[in-house]
Amino acid sequence: MRSIEDKLAELKAVGIHPVAITVDSPEASQNLRQQAGYTFPFLSDPKAEAIRRYDLLHAGAGIEGQDVARPAEFLIDSTGTVRWVNLTENYWVRARPEQVLEVAKTLP
Amino acid sequence: MKFPRLNWPLWAGFLLSLIAFLSYFFVFAWFPVTRDFPWANLLLFAGAGVLLLFGLRRAFAAGRPRPTQSKIAGAILTFAGVAIFGFFVFAVFIMARQLPASPGAPQIGQKAPDFTLTDTNGQPVSLSGLLATSDGQGKTPRGVLLVFYRGYW
Repeated sequence: MRSIEDKLAELKAVGIHPVAITVDSPEASQNLRQQAGYTFPFLSDPKAEAIRRYDLLHAGAGIEGQDVARPAEFLIDSTGTVRWVNLTENYWVRARPEQVLEVAKTLP
Repeated sequence: MKFPRLNWPLWAGFLLSLIAFLSYFFVFAWFPVTRDFPWANLLLFAGAGVLLLFGLRRAFAAGRPRPTQSKIAGAILTFAGVAIFGFFVFAVFIMARQLPASPGAPQIGQKAPDFTLTDTNGQPVSLSGLLATSDGQGKTPRGVLLVFYRGYW
């Protein structure tokens, strides 16, 4: 998330708009955005509806046993088609914005 | 040979192993270079291991004042250091890999399922809406990057 914020200007320059999605409440996400200085939008999926639709539910993996999303990144083009997916195998290893910028060049 | 009362390499090794553990979560995990593979922490652990071995040798050396306490402290602190290292390996290399396989996740070339969720202003936002939102200069996005994450609860 931090590295996406750092490269936000570059991503936006090539027309890529990042959006974060989590089971956290809008209030919790707003706190995080303010504390960490994230300026891109955060969406709340407390019932994990979108998370389930993307088959990303990690049942019972939250600190208090909540269902959360496993980390994953998708690049969707303007027609709504998936152009790049990153399903990490280790949650410490996340996509780097440089990878997204590479793929963004190939989008129409 | 005269020994000081405090076996400093032993305590330094134990403290360094604690630092090696905690610094990943509080410092190094914030930078992709040190997060994706925790080489900085493994180096710190290696340093801690050397100090602990050195301290253990001193703890069991002949001629120490209070030899029993010295040996017990040596054994406990070395064991604690090794346990901290073991827990680090478990947390970063094993537990972090316990992720669902997500076979049903949309793949390249497939349509991304639409959704409507609430943003931090309480407004409903859909994927189709995001793709159609102009940036104020009449330009719609070339793409939207969806970043699913675990959350901070």
